[in-house]
Amino acid sequence: MASLVSLSVGFILAMQSSTELGKMGANSFIPDLVSLSLLRELGPLLVAIIVVGRSGSAVAAEIGTMKVNEEIEALRVMAIDPIRYLVLPRFIALMIMLPCMTIFGNCVGLVGGWAVCTLEMGMPTSFYIMRAMQRPELWDLYSGIIKTAVFAHIIITIACYQGLNVEGGAEGVGRATTSAVVYSILWIIIADTVLTGLFYLVL
Amino acid sequence: MSPTPKKTNPSSDVILEVKDLVQSYNGRAVLNGLNFKVRKGETFVIMGGSGCGKTTLLRILIGAQKPTSGSVHLFGEDITKAAPQELDRIRLRFGMNFQFGALFQSMTVGENIALPIQEHSQVDPSLIEMIVKMKLELVGLTGFENFKPSELSGGMRKRVGLARALALDPELLFSDEPTSGLDPVMTAVVDQLTLDSTRKIGVTAVVVSHDMTSCFRIATHMLMLGSGPRQGEIVAEGTPDEIRANPDPFLQQFVRGEADGPIAFRLSQDDYLKHLLQEG
Repeated sequence: MASLVSLSVGFILAMQSSTELGKMGANSFIPDLVSLSLLRELGPLLVAIIVVGRSGSAVAAEIGTMKVNEEIEALRVMAIDPIRYLVLPRFIALMIMLPCMTIFGNCVGLVGGWAVCTLEMGMPTSFYIMRAMQRPELWDLYSGIIKTAVFAHIIITIACYQGLNVEGGAEGVGRATTSAVVYSILWIIIADTVLTGLFYLVL
Repeated sequence: MSPTPKKTNPSSDVILEVKDLVQSYNGRAVLNGLNFKVRKGETFVIMGGSGCGKTTLLRILIGAQKPTSGSVHLFGEDITKAAPQELDRIRLRFGMNFQFGALFQSMTVGENIALPIQEHSQVDPSLIEMIVKMKLELVGLTGFENFKPSELSGGMRKRVGLARALALDPELLFSDEPTSGLDPVMTAVVDQLTLDSTRKIGVTAVVVSHDMTSCFRIATHMLMLGSGPRQGEIVAEGTPDEIRANPDPFLQQFVRGEADGPIAFRLSQDDYLKHLLQEG
């Protein structure tokens, strides 16, 4: 799912930019544009949104069902902290997996860009790889990964909060799942704006 | 807050003491100044009709909810004022059997029972496995370790819930309607299990129930909470024989399960005729 989206975004970036950059004869900048936009912005954002739909909703639904079923109460009575037992492992898992998925998504997106550049525009593969690799600095990758860590934080916090605060049976679980997805995406985009602004101003 | 040392209570056989307990929602008192004591070795049954605050009382007793005022002393410590860590330490000394079992659906029966042991002791996994088998045998479910809770009947889930509540060999067991929704035979079986754990193992039990047959079968001490006009007060308290002999009409109606009596049958808010004509 994430790779399909990343691949498509790679295609789209290359094709869309080729129309405009081509007019100025600047087709050789397409690899730079694809790699920069993917690393800095689109990779982290799109993968995070997919993970919200896949995992954020699942976490909210699972914990919400546990709440309805008195399982959360049972944990507390057994002197097991639900935050430590349920939230922390999911948080750590996403903190590790979201950056991994983003890096993977970035690579797939770059393949998409390469496919358009070489197969459609006849750019040599070696040239594409050279431009796409040379232009971004290490910081571009890091800034994307920093965003990813923030997004992981947002996804798990919102999903678990919504799940732990479910009221009123199966309907409540459904509502919590929807809210988890909607609020996660909203806050991810807000956080993305703030972080991009910050990186832009500082660097 | 630093953990307080264990207090030596002069009346050390009192395990649970409730003093002037009040719980109100939006100014309406659900529990109104309750006072009672549970002594070591008792099977203390709290009875009462639907909506009388039984579940609220139980939630306060296990520290899941803070009362509006009053105190609850468990093992000599006031759990209404305890810090979370202290509360957790006290919680290790009692077990709670939830009304619908509250088993973790994602785990097997064996894992459910093993969880509190894994979390709170450094016992070897092979020993944990053995304890799980012993607890399952105690509730008559040997061989069900690898079943998921969803594959069990309601009565079996309640039994697993009991086994999990007893996993850490607690001194005190809370049980929320252990027999509701069960057939007469299964009710008798669950009662027998409660009796086994109290009489044989020596666990003190606080059972919330409205099943009179079951109450009289297991109780050594009974308490009835009022509803309606007597909401939030203790209608009667005593041994099963004292309860049977108590002439209070409210209590007798409940014990005999009769529709006619001081407990209101009508829950309607408006006068029926007026309501009917208005709507028409």
